[in-house]
Amino acid sequence: MRVVSDAYSPDTLQELRGRFDVDKIREDFPILDQQIHGKRLVYLDNAASTQKPRAVIDAETLFMARDYANIHRGVHELSQRATEAYESVRGRVRRFINAEHDRQIVFVRGTTEGINLVAHGIGKTILGPGDEILITHMEHHSNIVPWQMVCEERGAKLRVAPINEAGELDLAELEKLITERTRLVALVHVSNALGTINPVEEIIRFAHEKGVPVLLDGAQAVAHAKVDVRALGADFYVFSSHKLYGPTGVGVLYASGDWLDRLPPYQGGGDMISSVSFEKTIYNKPPFKFEAGTPNITGVVGFGAAIDYVEDIGFRTIEAYERLLLNEATERLREVDGVRLIGTAREKAGVLSFVIDGVHPHDVGTILDQDGIAIRAGHHCAQPVMERFGVPATARASFAFYNTREEIDKLVRGVRKVREVFA
Amino acid sequence: MSDLRDLYQEVILDHNKNPRNFRAMDDADRKADGFNPLCGDKVTLFVRLDGDVIADVSFQGSGCAISTASASMMTQVLVGKTLAQAEALFDAFHDVVTGDPTHAADTSAVGKLAVFAGVREYPTRVKCATLVWHTLKSALKGEQDPVTTE
Ligand SMILES: Cc1ncc(COP(=O)(O)O)c(C=O)c1O
Repeated sequence: MRVVSDAYSPDTLQELRGRFDVDKIREDFPILDQQIHGKRLVYLDNAASTQKPRAVIDAETLFMARDYANIHRGVHELSQRATEAYESVRGRVRRFINAEHDRQIVFVRGTTEGINLVAHGIGKTILGPGDEILITHMEHHSNIVPWQMVCEERGAKLRVAPINEAGELDLAELEKLITERTRLVALVHVSNALGTINPVEEIIRFAHEKGVPVLLDGAQAVAHAKVDVRALGADFYVFSSHKLYGPTGVGVLYASGDWLDRLPPYQGGGDMISSVSFEKTIYNKPPFKFEAGTPNITGVVGFGAAIDYVEDIGFRTIEAYERLLLNEATERLREVDGVRLIGTAREKAGVLSFVIDGVHPHDVGTILDQDGIAIRAGHHCAQPVMERFGVPATARASFAFYNTREEIDKLVRGVRKVREVFA
Repeated sequence: MSDLRDLYQEVILDHNKNPRNFRAMDDADRKADGFNPLCGDKVTLFVRLDGDVIADVSFQGSGCAISTASASMMTQVLVGKTLAQAEALFDAFHDVVTGDPTHAADTSAVGKLAVFAGVREYPTRVKCATLVWHTLKSALKGEQDPVTTE
């Protein structure tokens, strides 16, 4: 994830100014321009979902107004246009993550469906009784439960690699847990609950040395830094459009090599077949084999616009700016008495999980909301992480490139106010 | 805009800090668990009955200020009530916290629980206030499955 090159590594927001005009960026997001409870909206719940730029909203609207039809099966003009629009996004996704072929890109509903698809396929092929799937203690429920289900079904075991007090993986332990019984390692690239950026290249390297494939949950990674699936060596990479400034209901599963030929279909239906008779059905080729039924055509088109938008700003700028926001917010929150940060890894993305002495995160969320500040309070679909840190929940502020220093200021003032209300 | 003090009344903050009857009960006749899967609030409620009169109530668990204070105050007001009175209080309390936020709540039937009237202006917090009451209902009915707010 170290994408900011030596040639361009500004250390202050001032230095970044001129290259990156956040006020101008904010104008691209109509939703940001509103009052909540009489205060200007401060949206800091980006790890849950990001807001949408005008380009995405317009792309969907225009597509529906001019080019919409079902894809892949019409001879008429609109169906061709819609098919082209849909398939061209597959190409953009391939370039976006630097995959080799369009056929390695499967459109799914989101990260959750992508992981379920792989878990289902692994369960039907290479996972047997006594085998093991290795995950980590910092996974989102969507990278825990599908593996639990398939392990139970196949009589296999789920293993969990531990994390330390800072919220970092214990690599030595993780390496030990990859054995001749391990059929797959599934782990999060960037943790949504802790912000930890995992050293996935290194993990993939030693998993591959033992011949074990690796799935990366990239839901929190793709919006914040350039992801190159080939450089990483990932066997599977999954992410959601809605955390990347695109619409909900669209996600991507990338699979390397011939994995998509080896895995069985996930759902049956239209579009995933070449021919059907009551005696025998022949499946379509990947990726279509995994895209049964009419997909979220309009959503995929909007997702394409989101990728263009983000690439236009560029990940060097995004990563540098978000890092500065995170550093500033971390320092400022640390100064507030009674605040404890949960997740203090050396390598972090723009997620700040914290708890305040004697105040439940839910109450923090309500008080901040009264000042128009949207954060998340809860277990962030990562209950094992909460249990690891001995808290029922945390408050979480998460940043995007449209956030500002002034907003961090408001967050810190809001947190001080929480302390006053509960003094 | 609603004032935060309408929600976080001094009494509520006090019960949050020093919850009353916050203990397990060995000789409980009834016990039930309540759970809010959205925010992770958990409560275990213990009830000791004397005929159809509630002789003692206590709770354990973890939750936000609203849910903790609601549980704490509920345990205080229930002691000495008959099962029928407890049921009626449940209904009255429910009306107070879930009623139309543009109208002032009728708190005549809930006594000191009136401090929760501010909750109706915070729709996302209603379940925090009612969790323990739903758990009570389940305990009194002798249900085995944990109550969830979803
Ligand atoms: C790390 C991580 N994995 C998986 C998911 C699930 O993504 P989705 O709900 O889009 O399927 C999320 C989002 O909540 C996430 O943050």
